[in-house]
Amino acid sequence: MNYHWNWGIFFEPNPMGTGTYLDMLLSGLVLTLKTGVLAWIIALIFGSIVGVMRTLPSKAAGWFGFCWVEFFRNMPLLVQLFLWFFVLPELLPKSAGLWLKQLPNAPFWTAAIGIGFFMSARVAVQLQAGIGSLPRGQKMAATALGLTTIQGYRYVLLPMAFRIILPPLTSEFLNTIKNTAVAITIGLLELTGQARSMQEFSFQVFEAFTAATLLYLLVNAVVVTAMRFLERYVAIPGYITGK
Amino acid sequence: MKHFRSIGLALAATFAVSQAGAQELTGTLKNIKDTGAITLGFRDSSIPFSYLDDNQKPIGFAMDICYKIVDAVKKELKLDKLEVKLNPVTSATRIPLMANGTIDLECGSTTNNAERQKQVAFTNTHFLTASRYVFKKSSGLKSIDDLKGKTVVSTAGTTNIKQLTEANVEKKLGANIIPAKDHAEAFLMVETDRAVAFVMDDILLASLVAGSKTPDDYVISKDAFSKPEPYGIMLRKDDAPFKKVVDAATAALYTSGEGQKIYEKWFTQKIPPKGLNLNSPISAELKNEFAKPTDSPNPDDYK
Repeated sequence: MNYHWNWGIFFEPNPMGTGTYLDMLLSGLVLTLKTGVLAWIIALIFGSIVGVMRTLPSKAAGWFGFCWVEFFRNMPLLVQLFLWFFVLPELLPKSAGLWLKQLPNAPFWTAAIGIGFFMSARVAVQLQAGIGSLPRGQKMAATALGLTTIQGYRYVLLPMAFRIILPPLTSEFLNTIKNTAVAITIGLLELTGQARSMQEFSFQVFEAFTAATLLYLLVNAVVVTAMRFLERYVAIPGYITGK
Repeated sequence: MKHFRSIGLALAATFAVSQAGAQELTGTLKNIKDTGAITLGFRDSSIPFSYLDDNQKPIGFAMDICYKIVDAVKKELKLDKLEVKLNPVTSATRIPLMANGTIDLECGSTTNNAERQKQVAFTNTHFLTASRYVFKKSSGLKSIDDLKGKTVVSTAGTTNIKQLTEANVEKKLGANIIPAKDHAEAFLMVETDRAVAFVMDDILLASLVAGSKTPDDYVISKDAFSKPEPYGIMLRKDDAPFKKVVDAATAALYTSGEGQKIYEKWFTQKIPPKGLNLNSPISAELKNEFAKPTDSPNPDDYK
């Protein structure tokens, strides 16, 4: 290898005049976190609704849930973001399309919502599996107590199901954060995007991507730890997920 | 005893030969001599510098120059046969592939600047380009000042987006600058009205416009964001003997007038595969540079 390592590069001023190269990477990290967290909130909300719909007796609700999941999980995320960002505004009426295009921070909103919907399909399937794994008697017992369907889900089924799927949800959360890297294709300069910019300006490619890797690892370690705490906090002794 | 002596002699002979070899050849030149092959890195869509034709074969202005360098290397090493290997590179892979020895020359449209010279070397400049912007005729822009408060796109990680950012602050334009992942995407942003202008090297803009669906709809600005910046063929740093051969080859090519002929072939005539014509006659600055070739990264040296 004939490569000139320069670990001091992070403390050299970046050519954009926004501080050092490290500042550039950190601003990317902040954007990654913002996008990841917003996408995760969207994924949880829509994933929960769709997941519940797939377990309801109503045929229409089941159908809707089926279509939602198959639509969002069968297309590569890269293609989806491209569609939402470039193709959707062209399909809308001209004024609406133009409004959408000129929205400030359009890449950010598109990425957060696009990744959120993509991940919601995965959350939905997991929640459905969680609810499905409960003994049938739970639902009947809820009905026998005089709870309505909504109350049954609210007080009996969902608290159990969410506890069961908490570990896989942790990895979905990690996936959401990693998936934000795809957003560079629509011009969002998140962590990966900033690492690429740094590489283009300085040609110090290995330093840039080493730093990005470490930052991703750090963030994911924090998420894993936090989720472990949450699991322990909500565990109920005597249940499947409790000890 | 006899055996030992002959082994000793053989060893001494080998040592002498390899030492003589080491004095003559080091680095890339030695490597090329040993393997009988040289590897060129090419871009797949950097029209007209380095791109793929109908047969997926890399062609272009920079490729022609690289083949001339290959001829010179072959002559320098007195080889009967020199195999040319071709390896595709992108802006993200060109440095790792150069550093680990996969490619020996990068034939494309890479800007030669001081920051990058800390990591790699460049041979004599083969093109000069200034940062300008492309816009739709219908948007009625005239000068850089007309970009006030508008949305402007440029490609992330380029020197162009840096100049645009600086101009935005200096001229108090208040323009909304958005970075795009690559040139094609940035141009798409102008095409779909997501941005009014795309700031980039003027020659790349010319090729994007020539290749678009409606070339007549677009205009490239007269105003420039920068002085003309040099493009160079990239090679490994700290390999003086190889650089000497490459520099001599490119200098001979440019001063002989053959460089200008190759230039005209790619910039003022129809080029494959679609028969586009970039209509970009050679600039006075580049003509001067061809007369006095230099590998300087400083735009002020090209006047």
